[in-house]
Amino acid sequence: MSLMKRISLIFRSKANKALDRAEDPRETLDYSYAKQIELLTKVRKGVADVATSRKRVELQATQMQRQSDKLTEQAQKALSLGREDLAREALTRKSGLTAQLQGLQEQQAQLQGEEEKLTLASQRLQAKVEAFRTRKETIKATYTAAEAQTRINEAFSGISEEMGDVGMAVQRAEDKTAQMQARAGAIDELISSGALDDASQLSGGDDITRELQAMSSQGDVEAELAALKAGSSGQQGALESGEATPGAEETTKQTHEEGSA
Amino acid sequence: MIVRILAEGQWEVSDDQLDALNRLDDEVEAAVESGDEATFARSMAALLDAVRTGGTPLPVDALKDSDLILPPADATLEEVRDLLTDEGLIPG
Repeated sequence: MSLMKRISLIFRSKANKALDRAEDPRETLDYSYAKQIELLTKVRKGVADVATSRKRVELQATQMQRQSDKLTEQAQKALSLGREDLAREALTRKSGLTAQLQGLQEQQAQLQGEEEKLTLASQRLQAKVEAFRTRKETIKATYTAAEAQTRINEAFSGISEEMGDVGMAVQRAEDKTAQMQARAGAIDELISSGALDDASQLSGGDDITRELQAMSSQGDVEAELAALKAGSSGQQGALESGEATPGAEETTKQTHEEGSA
Repeated sequence: MIVRILAEGQWEVSDDQLDALNRLDDEVEAAVESGDEATFARSMAALLDAVRTGGTPLPVDALKDSDLILPPADATLEEVRDLLTDEGLIPG
């Protein structure tokens, strides 16, 4: 049997099980409606939960970006003071942060996607619940036992399927968010413990991974060091030709203050 | 025929499109059984796309059972396998 058919039969058998619960068919209508409202609340809460996780990851990314910018500045200052070793150290730390930051940005995009999916699911369910309520009231107003069962079965069509669909979407979003929250928790701890200042603690993995990371970091560091050198020699040229900006003096002053602190 | 793509919605698909859908469906099913991730991803995307482009979307407040149901677009092979068991992904 086809995959599509098998999945639809499984959905239908779940819906039928839900139908058998009450003796008076009208009670089944109310029971189902209550369940629909419950699910609607759940999916809305799901949207809010995913949004909270997304904001948390966004905040972490901002903090990490700030730290990364700070390290770039430090490297520039160090280099302007002729301390290439310090500049190298700052850029090495920065390169550790960059990988972490990329991971956070990917998570952020994933959570954004989940949030959008759940929002749409909640809108679809809302429309169907509304249609079900109208039909339920009509059935109850014109209720005759003879026709009730058929009409009720018709009313249930689609809504139970939608509930199965939305229920599943909420479940999947919750699972994904839970995984990311665990990671976000670990990063929060890193940020609050100040360990982010030491990039060496960020890169886990086995020896080979670490070595590969070190190699790629090394490449990045050398490349950026070269870029900075090229940039600062250009700046020096500008200074010599008398086009110095007040900002440049400011930077030098700050560097001295920090150096003496 | 009404086809639902989980987490997306429902489409009305005309009978003359069913052959093409069934062919893609067979491919997905075979890939799920053999655990062939690459074929699974490719045929699944093609199947969902055929429904989306070939079908007419049902109004959002329609209360109709689907004749056929398809997994969500981002489902993994493992999740589709779970979907096919009674104790699988569908809550309730």
